[in-house]
Amino acid sequence: MPQVSMTVNGKSATGEVEGRTLLSTFLRENLNLTGTHIGCDTSQCGACTVHVDGKQVKSCTMLALEAEGAEIATIEGQAAEDGTLNAIQQAFQDHHGLQCGFCTPGMVMAAASLLKENPKPSEAEVRHHLEGNLCRCTGYHNIVKAIMAASGQDVSAIAAE
Amino acid sequence: MPKDGGPNGGIGASTTRREDVRFLSGTGNYTDDINIRGQAYVHFLRSDVAHGRLNKVDTSEAAKMPGVVRIFTGADFEGIGGLPCGWCVTDKHGQPMQEPAHPVLAQGKVRHVGDPIAAVVAETPEQARDAAEMIELDIEELPAVIDMKAALEDGAPKVHDDLTSNLCYDWGFVEENKDAVAKAFDEAAHVTTLELRNQRLVANPMEPRVAIGDFNRATGDHTLYTTSQNPHVIRLLMGAFVLGIPEHKLRVVAPDVGGGFGTKIFHYAEEAFCTFAAKAVNRPVKWTSSRSEAFISDAHGRDHVTTIQLALDKDNNFTALRTDTHANMGAYLSTFAPSVPTWLHGTLMAGNYKTPLIYVNVKAVFTNTVPVDAYRGAGRPEATFQLERVIDKAARELGVDPVELRRQNFITEFPYATPVAVEYDTGDYHGTMDVLESMIDRAGFDARRKESEARGKLRGLGVNCYIEACGIAPSNLVGQLGARAGLYESATVRVNATGGIVVMTGSHSHGQGHETTFPQVIAEMIGIDASMVEIEHGDTDKAPMGMGTYGSRSIAVGGSAMVRAAEKVINKAKKIAAHLLEASEADIELADGQFSVAGTDKAVAWGDVCLAAYVPHNYPLEEIEPGLEETAFYDPANFTYPSGAYACEVEVDPDTGKVEILSFAAADDFGNIINPMIVDGQVHGGIGQGIGQALLESCVYDEDGQLLSASYMDYAMPRASDVPFYAVDHSSQTPCTHNPLGVKGCGEAGAIGSPPAIVNAVVDALRSGGHDIYHVDMPVSPSRVWAAMQG
Ligand code: FES
Ligand code: FES
Repeated sequence: MPQVSMTVNGKSATGEVEGRTLLSTFLRENLNLTGTHIGCDTSQCGACTVHVDGKQVKSCTMLALEAEGAEIATIEGQAAEDGTLNAIQQAFQDHHGLQCGFCTPGMVMAAASLLKENPKPSEAEVRHHLEGNLCRCTGYHNIVKAIMAASGQDVSAIAAE
Repeated sequence: MPKDGGPNGGIGASTTRREDVRFLSGTGNYTDDINIRGQAYVHFLRSDVAHGRLNKVDTSEAAKMPGVVRIFTGADFEGIGGLPCGWCVTDKHGQPMQEPAHPVLAQGKVRHVGDPIAAVVAETPEQARDAAEMIELDIEELPAVIDMKAALEDGAPKVHDDLTSNLCYDWGFVEENKDAVAKAFDEAAHVTTLELRNQRLVANPMEPRVAIGDFNRATGDHTLYTTSQNPHVIRLLMGAFVLGIPEHKLRVVAPDVGGGFGTKIFHYAEEAFCTFAAKAVNRPVKWTSSRSEAFISDAHGRDHVTTIQLALDKDNNFTALRTDTHANMGAYLSTFAPSVPTWLHGTLMAGNYKTPLIYVNVKAVFTNTVPVDAYRGAGRPEATFQLERVIDKAARELGVDPVELRRQNFITEFPYATPVAVEYDTGDYHGTMDVLESMIDRAGFDARRKESEARGKLRGLGVNCYIEACGIAPSNLVGQLGARAGLYESATVRVNATGGIVVMTGSHSHGQGHETTFPQVIAEMIGIDASMVEIEHGDTDKAPMGMGTYGSRSIAVGGSAMVRAAEKVINKAKKIAAHLLEASEADIELADGQFSVAGTDKAVAWGDVCLAAYVPHNYPLEEIEPGLEETAFYDPANFTYPSGAYACEVEVDPDTGKVEILSFAAADDFGNIINPMIVDGQVHGGIGQGIGQALLESCVYDEDGQLLSASYMDYAMPRASDVPFYAVDHSSQTPCTHNPLGVKGCGEAGAIGSPPAIVNAVVDALRSGGHDIYHVDMPVSPSRVWAAMQG
């Protein structure tokens, strides 16, 4: 089986994969980074969202071999070494932006890439950016609110908690 | 009990969720995250035809494929129990429903696309899949029945050859009222009739189902890890009825579960298979559903076709209600399927109104489709939708205000015994409607409508009410109604020697936040910090036998069990404290984590009493045992009856038929509330799913039984840009009178209450544009709206 090497959350990672192995599978099964979730098989749910060379990518849309030499960031690398949540993660907790948590890693990674490009997104821009990330639990209300709060905007006027 | 949360994060505090930390850092433990050393993987070969005779399943070539461990077919399961149905409905003639066998792997026939035929166990998931493609099938395709009414026609192909027809049951409720209802219709001043469909949906929790079977040959112990809302129920059903494994040799673990919404209540073939196969191949066996597989193997929801009629007198009082529903069961009876269109639907037809006479007829029908069972709300959304739609239509026919027509007919006195066999304990429907009206600025609607019209858009306002029966359920009552299970809940409160507490609950969290809210209750009761309390759930080896989480029952039933167990702990701790303080037990008070003697300054701390219980040197050993751990089982005396009033404003584009939701407001009465933030979140999520049903989602079969909406390409899930921010208010609170917390449950309200508000709003918008329309079926898609506008 071919070998693949990449950097994941700042550490080098190597593994043997089949040609058909997806990046999402490689992260979960070879590297045991099970925070990246698989919610569909048509690349539409976004639960598997990671960053590849700084860009937001659904890791089920990429073969592991295509990530040769790439810098990958996953949900496991978002908090500080001591476990302190980053600003986006903390906003999700503060604003109840998650329930079952299954979509959450993808949502956090998508939010991180949005805020990098657009530090103060409007509600419509947040909603538009989440086009490829499905959540079945929250009705999106608190996810959108959390992302806006993470960008430093005042969300106290948004209805309810 | 105080409702401000207090300093300890007690009842009423919007405490942030402790479980979030692991979910946010990617360290949750979902079933697919579990890998057991030596595990093999199973791939199910599923039927791609809706109905067929299985002439041959030849696995000989497949068995030679690399990595194959063993291939199983229906023959391996001959003589093994099929999947049981947990509820037997009695029809209107007093006869039990028709109940077909439901084999783990197909025997002789396949009955829906997705019916599992064979299972390949191999070293890797890819090898299992590759080998499955080499299985040779000889299936003689038979004509399929998809449409319910066609399925009931004489000469229709039968889904099950050994049943007399495709009719599962014909249920009349209350059958004795039927003639009186007919008479009331004869005498009515006005009758409104509405035909509608409550379309088939797929629950779609974002985590697909997973099962891992494990078997210890040395001890004979089985373990099943599964994505379940109720691991004990799975243990009982699978152990006792399918595989014949006694409960003490079977452990079922449902770890972090990524959403359920009903579809993870049921016992599925894949769970039984993995448990069985782990022993047969002497290796752990893992199955992970793909999303495509989920669409054809997870139980679906809804799928009712209904005609409802409302009779009114000359003063617009409701005098009678009659409804006639065909409910799709699919090809087999899923675990609780028969109860959904009957006892979870017919009993709710009174809604918030004092209609004196009601008759509900339901024909449950077998078709060559995926089985249908409970999905968020289960029966109650179907009841609410038809009732609130027919009231809206009546108001429009009569030219009266839809809110006033509702108010005029509200039940105002409690307890209230409905004509459909349930008794509402509390509610304040005018008060809740007042809250809603204060949220939506009805007076300003006309101006908003003009503003929309100026932009060429049609604006509509829809309002509706709902009532639901939650906190299921009194066991003796549901037993009489055909349930084959009790519906109590359990909890063990284990106090450790240094005062920390672990609560083992039979409830299960798959997003609801029990790990945060349950400790809030204990913190409140004892006056300690919530961080001193941990919740264990989801493992049958830890928690006492419990019934799990569905039907908005966790806090109302599971929370009550926990309160009862905590009360026992506190009573015992008071005895210990009395001994330590050399006082009479009757004088001991517990507040802020201190036991004190009333009227004195003598006190002993919670932690010291706990330590005394486990280091019983100075201890009344002749009167009480050491230790501090109690278990309680709580069986509710009644259902709880959350209620609410919802409003939605939409804009319809008359050129395209596209509906946009501009605002959504929900006023709910959930009784007392433990954590307002989490309650809001539950309502948001329910509304999100309700918007999905009203505007987007539809599970569609073609006439041959092929599922056309079998992936996220074809099944339109609501996305962030399809929904607005929601306004949610639960300040209207009439506490439940029969459980210790006065709570009613909030998990399903949003999904129950929102679809009619949206469709009412769309009809309102279209009528404002001069279209003589009273109804548009869900999903209210642009093409449907556009077609309706063309007449
Ligand atoms: S798993 Fe990658 S988009 Fe769904
Ligand atoms: S939190 Fe459950 S899917 Fe988003």
